[in-house]
Amino acid sequence: MPLTFLLPAAFFLGVWVVYPTFSTMYRSLFSDRGDRFVGIDNYERMFTDASVQTAIKNNVLWVLVIPAGVTAIGLVFAVLTEKVRWAPAFKIAVFIPLAVSLFAVGVIWRIMYQEDPDRGVINAAIVGVQGVIGEKGVLSSARPSTEALTGTPAGGLTLQEPVGPGDVALLGLTAIRATEIPEDSVDAIRPEPLQGGITGVVWRDFKPGGGTPGEVESEELGIAGVTVELREAEGRRALDSTTTEEGGAFAFEDVEPGQYRVAIGSKTFAEPFDGFSWLGRGLITPAIMIAYIWVSAGFAMVITAAGLSSIPRDTLEAARTDGATELQVFRRITVPLLAPVLTVVFVTQIIACLKIFDLVLAIAPGSSRNDATLLAFEMWRRSFSGQNLYGLGSAISTFLLLLFIPFLIVNVRRFRAEAK
Amino acid sequence: MAVAVERPPVMIEEKRSAKLVRMIAKAPVHLVLMFIAILWLVPTAGLFITSLLTPADQTEGGWWNFLFTPSAWTLENYTNMFDNDSIVDALIVTAQVTIGATVLPILVASLAAYALAWIEFPGRDWVFLTVVALLLVPIQMALIPMFRLYNTFSLFDTIPGLILFHSAFALPFAIFLLRNFFAGIPRDLMEAARIDGASELRLFFKVVLPLGIPAIASLAIFQVLFVWNDLLIGLVMAQNNQPIAPELASQLRQFGSNLDVLAPAAFFSAVIPLTIFALFQRYFVQGLLAGSVK
Repeated sequence: MPLTFLLPAAFFLGVWVVYPTFSTMYRSLFSDRGDRFVGIDNYERMFTDASVQTAIKNNVLWVLVIPAGVTAIGLVFAVLTEKVRWAPAFKIAVFIPLAVSLFAVGVIWRIMYQEDPDRGVINAAIVGVQGVIGEKGVLSSARPSTEALTGTPAGGLTLQEPVGPGDVALLGLTAIRATEIPEDSVDAIRPEPLQGGITGVVWRDFKPGGGTPGEVESEELGIAGVTVELREAEGRRALDSTTTEEGGAFAFEDVEPGQYRVAIGSKTFAEPFDGFSWLGRGLITPAIMIAYIWVSAGFAMVITAAGLSSIPRDTLEAARTDGATELQVFRRITVPLLAPVLTVVFVTQIIACLKIFDLVLAIAPGSSRNDATLLAFEMWRRSFSGQNLYGLGSAISTFLLLLFIPFLIVNVRRFRAEAK
Repeated sequence: MAVAVERPPVMIEEKRSAKLVRMIAKAPVHLVLMFIAILWLVPTAGLFITSLLTPADQTEGGWWNFLFTPSAWTLENYTNMFDNDSIVDALIVTAQVTIGATVLPILVASLAAYALAWIEFPGRDWVFLTVVALLLVPIQMALIPMFRLYNTFSLFDTIPGLILFHSAFALPFAIFLLRNFFAGIPRDLMEAARIDGASELRLFFKVVLPLGIPAIASLAIFQVLFVWNDLLIGLVMAQNNQPIAPELASQLRQFGSNLDVLAPAAFFSAVIPLTIFALFQRYFVQGLLAGSVK
């Protein structure tokens, strides 16, 4: 009688799960075409193959970062939502990604990660933050017009001749892109010396026909918005800085008597931020991890919240009446009581990390797949995306199954204990 | 509320000010949560808005520029999508596979779960332990042999082929979940029905299945989401009859120029699982809890 009930399930599991499992293990001992017994060659190949090695390294990184990260985020979300009335709305917001296919998640994050800050949200946000810290310089590049001025745009261009109060500093530049000089710029004027101060001008030391380098002449335009630094005599440390006005003039007032250097600061040549390439080879793994955390936080939160709601209120209240701070309650009571639930989330995430396939396929562009690869993805790629390396693929699968064995043993033990 | 009673009585004014203090103290929590919620919604919102923009607008600037200009939104991409035969076909395949691969494993699993919970037979615990062990077998393990087998038996690139594959891999979790749920049915109820002379099959259909509806519902939601969203099985076991996710995966290669196809299709393919999730949220959460906290 029980056979009738079990037979359909046994058929499915036998044909689709058990048979292929053994078949794959056996297959891993044969060549890619399956016509030659090769022993453990496929395993040797697996551990020497560059992209399988990357996959293993990445999987290790994932297992180190993700379970801990996701569990912690789930815990924080669960604890925070416990205290607000609109928690259900919050939970839905965090939960949505869990219902969306990982393929759609891929499209979503590809939109987020677009490199051009005008199109990708993440780079746009970074530009927004950077805009507060520093802006793009007024010039992209320039050369000194005479040898009096030396240095590079990156380190600043320093006037060799030391100056003191009452001196006039002439900072002539050439090789400036015409488009970077605004059309309403006015001619540079050699400024008057200033009693107890240093004045000067930054100008384009060039006019149609040439002109004399190092001299401020008519029709030569002043450059506004240039950062000018007053440095100590050695020329290294900046003591003060200002920006040039219309006509390129600048002035440092009330300068102590002594020797100084004047320099055009590197800020003048600051490059605009043109976006991190999240999908490029260097950042692809963190980029996929962020997308994964976005998906999994909801899972961790719900499981943890359920565990949290089963903690007896009295225990927490008692601790609070005894004068424990919220942080103490959290660390000394909530977390230890939640430990079993947190372990479940943690272990589930380890297993999930070992099974990730879709996200790599959907987020990593072809050019960075070699750097983003994970074991489950590598198995598919080597066996099915045209490479047909079935021997190697079988070895990777078997290795993957081997990694699950510890979890399998723990599971089986737990259920045997429960059965008794 | 026993705690409140033990406290010395306080004046009403004090209570009110205490309430105010507590509200202010909570303000940072509200702000942090609101920030996180917005952070979590931004990516999906980005996909949605992008899907509503013309290809020209998509390349012109970030979708957030169009957040408050609904006049720029258009359903053009969606109408184009429904004119695109390969996408419509893929959606139909996905629907067929999802329905089949949800009903079939639940039926098969309930039968097995019933036997494991309520019929005494030698080796029963071992059978259940095997099921628990099979829970962890990764799909990758089956791909290479089944690919060959599917080609031999002409199941490759067919809807039944996909349904059967999904069903088999859904079984361990389904049996595990349902057995635990069925085992919780009161013994008296089962004994009474047995004494009344009900056959095992009758008992299964008339008593166990109806009582198991909450568990079956959460299982069904899981399975719908899993099958609808699957990429791997569809990619390997089908070619011309691919479900929506694998069908679109090949278009990812020209991401930039295909955004007007990818964005609406990705959003539309997400709408169905999202709707199911929204309608049956409670079952979904229950299923998650039953599956992991044990």
